[in-house]
Amino acid sequence: MNIFLTIKLAIRGLLVNKMRAALTLLGIIIGVSGIIIIVSVGGGAQSLILNQVKSVGTNLIAILPGGGDEGEPPAAMFGIVVTTLKSEDILALKDIPHVQAVSGYNNTVDKILYENRKTETTINGVFSEYPVVEDVIIENGRFFNNSEEASLAKVVVLGHEIKKTLFGETNPIGEKVKIKNHSFNVIGYFNERGATGFSNSDNEIYIPNNTMRKLILGVNHIAMGRVKIDEAENVAQALESIKITLRARHGIGPGEDNDFTAQSQAQGLEIITNITGSITLFLTAIAAIALIVGGIGIMNVMYISVTERTREIGLRKALGAQRKDILNQFLIEAVAITGLGGLIGILIGIVISLLVALVIQSLGYSWDFIVNLQAIVVAAGVIGAIGIIFGYYPAKAASQKRAIEALRYE
Amino acid sequence: MNKKKEPLLYAQGLKKTYTTGTVKTEVLKGADVEIHAGEFVTIMGHSGSGKSTLMHILGFLDAPDEGKYVFEGKDTSKFDDDQLAEIRNKKIGFVFQSFNLLPRTSALDNVRLPMIYAGVPEKEQIIKATKALESVGLGHRLNNLSNELSGGEQQRVAVARALVNNPSLILADEPTGNLDSASTKEMMKVFDELNKKGHTLVIVTHEDNVASHAHRTIEIHDGVCKRS
Repeated sequence: MNIFLTIKLAIRGLLVNKMRAALTLLGIIIGVSGIIIIVSVGGGAQSLILNQVKSVGTNLIAILPGGGDEGEPPAAMFGIVVTTLKSEDILALKDIPHVQAVSGYNNTVDKILYENRKTETTINGVFSEYPVVEDVIIENGRFFNNSEEASLAKVVVLGHEIKKTLFGETNPIGEKVKIKNHSFNVIGYFNERGATGFSNSDNEIYIPNNTMRKLILGVNHIAMGRVKIDEAENVAQALESIKITLRARHGIGPGEDNDFTAQSQAQGLEIITNITGSITLFLTAIAAIALIVGGIGIMNVMYISVTERTREIGLRKALGAQRKDILNQFLIEAVAITGLGGLIGILIGIVISLLVALVIQSLGYSWDFIVNLQAIVVAAGVIGAIGIIFGYYPAKAASQKRAIEALRYE
Repeated sequence: MNKKKEPLLYAQGLKKTYTTGTVKTEVLKGADVEIHAGEFVTIMGHSGSGKSTLMHILGFLDAPDEGKYVFEGKDTSKFDDDQLAEIRNKKIGFVFQSFNLLPRTSALDNVRLPMIYAGVPEKEQIIKATKALESVGLGHRLNNLSNELSGGEQQRVAVARALVNNPSLILADEPTGNLDSASTKEMMKVFDELNKKGHTLVIVTHEDNVASHAHRTIEIHDGVCKRS
């Protein structure tokens, strides 16, 4: 019998029981698309973290309170509050060669009110050099200066988006907003910066660090410092000077551990990559489990649906089908259904991953849409192979039976 | 019946034992059969006498453990799987007690099935299948799905399927076993007509009124044939 006839028979065989074919198809689609989505979402989450770090800039040095071995995440990353870092420590770093600008950071989440509008936002307490440190441009108005910082001035600079939320297209400069029952003067707002990682700085507000610590938080320590170095090649040298300065200021003797962590962005990136590397490993394990579970599901569906047709195979043999006719028919059926299912699964997997990425991006996060070719090949390959093997094998077993045995199969 | 003529088939000393778990059941204990072209023969016997097994062996659905089976002058004991499939396809037509039609498939497509495996061109398949269905009185049911047909109609589709490749031998295993008396009568009319047209028929049954249509009855008792 020629191949076209066999293909016709196979297609007819699939169409005879549309429900069975549809369910088998569904199993394969879910198996394949599930794995693609898991891997893609995992990659996206990883990109979210990495982009956050990268967006800060490469010639930055971050200073966090609390010691830690080189290459390990500092305590502050795990939410432990250490109060050893002070505003003066950060300011003292300005005298180090190649240091361009410094800023301390404290932040909190609270409401901001303008007339009858209010919204929740992250309030950042930063130094007057913050725009230089983070490369931000004031769109209108100005940033606060040193004397305002020293005098606990109640002035605020808005992110681009929150300005729109509260003021629309009207000019906010000179208006008063309320934060924690204090009245703040709006003195400027930033250009659109775009979201980075988990945070969207366009949606945040900026007040002097002293005002933040003394009026809003009631603390004396700095949560984090950032130092901008003039050129990337001077970063390593400046980092050493920063460590020496801070050790001297904190009275740390030779051989004693640092009570702070100073790291260049490059080092930070390395740590994050290590962390996200374990996330990747974890996701790979989940994908592998999904693949096994999906594979077993397909195995069952194919095995049962073909075994169930043993009588049909017996009948076909009784009517004169040769073994190869039956094998070809069931092989083509298995290839067709796993191929179609695999293709639809790949498409759905990619589309859903894309939708996830678009939704998260539309919320203002820098989430990369990642389609992992390897994941597609492995998912479709393994599930396809399982589908074909377990569609073919029972048909082969049935075709080798005597016609009457297959025909009597219960 | 011209006994000097070479028979369509003859079998000598057919033995068949089935093993279920550790229990061995000797179903055929040396059965001898001879059937000539154009005959209408019934095989009768009690249940468990081996009549169905004998029919399955005669129709190449099953193979004997021992014995000689010559079909159209050829010893079939050395035939391989593909040769047996070809004989079943071209020389034998089966009618089963439980009809064994492909479910959710039209009457026409069911009848076409043996022709598909015989490599008959599609147009010819449709013409022949239509003719076969008309000959069993189902010209109006061509496109009905098998599960939409009554038992009697399903069995007539099965008969049409059995004769569509113009086989040398039509075998029927209790073809009226699942039919009511009216359908049984119609079915026997169909068989009588087929025999008149020259088809060789072998029907396994335990119903005397079915056997009464035949020229000859082979009685099988305890795995051995007795000719009546």
